[in-house]
Amino acid sequence: MENVIVVNNLTKKFGHFTAVDNISFEVKKGEIFGFLGANGAGKTTVIRMLCGLSRPSAGNATVAGFDIRHQSEKIKANIGYMSQKFSLYEDLKVWENIKLFAGIYGMKKKDIALKTDILLEELGFQDEKQTLVSALPLGWKQKLAFSVAIFHNPKVVFLDEPTGGVDPVVRRQFWELIYKTAEKGITVFVTTHYMDEAEYCDRVSIMVDGRIEALETPKALKEKFASNSIDDIFYQLARNAKRTDD
Amino acid sequence: MKALTINNISKSYKKKAALKNISFEVDKGEIFGIIGPDGAGKTTLFRILTTLLLPDSGEIKVGNLDIVKDYKKIREIFGYMPGRFSLYHDLTVAENLEFFASVFSTTVEDNYDLIKDIYSHIEPFKKRKAGALSGGMKQKLALSCALIHKPQILYLDEPTTGVDPVSRKEFWQMLKNLHNQGITIIVSTPYMDEAVLCDRIALINNGEFLDIDTPENLIKKFPKKLYAVEGDNMPKLLKELRDNENVYSCYSFGDSCHITLKDETLPNNYKEITPTIEDYFILLLK
Repeated sequence: MENVIVVNNLTKKFGHFTAVDNISFEVKKGEIFGFLGANGAGKTTVIRMLCGLSRPSAGNATVAGFDIRHQSEKIKANIGYMSQKFSLYEDLKVWENIKLFAGIYGMKKKDIALKTDILLEELGFQDEKQTLVSALPLGWKQKLAFSVAIFHNPKVVFLDEPTGGVDPVVRRQFWELIYKTAEKGITVFVTTHYMDEAEYCDRVSIMVDGRIEALETPKALKEKFASNSIDDIFYQLARNAKRTDD
Repeated sequence: MKALTINNISKSYKKKAALKNISFEVDKGEIFGIIGPDGAGKTTLFRILTTLLLPDSGEIKVGNLDIVKDYKKIREIFGYMPGRFSLYHDLTVAENLEFFASVFSTTVEDNYDLIKDIYSHIEPFKKRKAGALSGGMKQKLALSCALIHKPQILYLDEPTTGVDPVSRKEFWQMLKNLHNQGITIIVSTPYMDEAVLCDRIALINNGEFLDIDTPENLIKKFPKKLYAVEGDNMPKLLKELRDNENVYSCYSFGDSCHITLKDETLPNNYKEITPTIEDYFILLLK
């Protein structure tokens, strides 16, 4: 299976501080890749580099076949991104948000109009097309934000704590959207602090102090650490972390 | 006397009801958890309890003090750690702590014993600006500042949101230590696994309390048998189970699916398990 993300000896230093320390891994097409780590382990720095927003100090990576150092604009056109903190414009209506983001990604007006209706129907949001995003419940916002992030059919979607604070039912509905997305061949790169969600990933990596300390399927991870809970394994690895920075 | 008595509190913003007829009591020295998703009304409730917002109706007693008439006295006896980082970024660690102490007409030295265990972690950085601290250290400083006037009641609004599992465990250990010193703690969280660490919890959704009880009793209220079904492929497993006519409810839960059955008397090979608070909450939302 084709690799959509290839990371080779990637390093990022801020002055004397090594935020990301020589990491290497690959992610396959259509894979759900769980990217775990304690606060300050370096996750956000890695995501910023993979999205072409920050240049590595050493090493390299390709995302969707493009080099993160020299082809960052190509990367931006071929990925989707969603975080808990920023996702949609609250003072725009549902359809306006879709149109804005799709337009930024260069989709044609005709395609946008057509696909908007299909999307809203899939989500069961037909009646909310004219609703301001600020008036939607959080769970709906998160589902909509995710759908907007993959609207232009990217090769990879980066999800940074997409389910934080969402109720347990919506959290599970959200993961079913992730499954559907991966089945379509879109690679999902996801961070979470909910350890039960790590179990829903095809493979999970655990980052500690800028390095990747474990990278396995959830099942192999549990066998390797002789534990039946990812929560325990995470605790074993991360409690020895020296840093606590955000 | 109860530490807190809340009677039929309601609050609306324009037409939107944020809290609907909330009533509960909290005993002295209790850890009382308010568990529910974002937007459920947790922060509105905290703002009312901390005298920052008036309810539209209902009444609240803190001990025998009235939340409206005696708000000045009440402000002296609680500590509050809001959801967002609430310290002064351009003051140092030590200056923040001294500032909060002086606002309550006390000194850091007077109450140092109470915060010693928490503050000692950040004391080596006391000359650093609060804005330059890591998330975990900010959290410890904010908690120290909320405690520096030796409050009887501590309000913590989502202290562990966005915090990794290791730091969350540490934070709850700090709360247990405070609990042992007799402080009444009201804490909200969206993490269902933290519910079992409280003496009693309220499950909140859409501005309403769905239930209030000890974690053990809530789990006992789960009305059906709960089974765990394992499989390697979660989407496939979910589909198979949902196609099964005898399956009443079915949702993913870590490495397995949790299901309940319409007819529990039919023979089956499923493994029966003890429900968690999250299972009960999902049932209430259904």
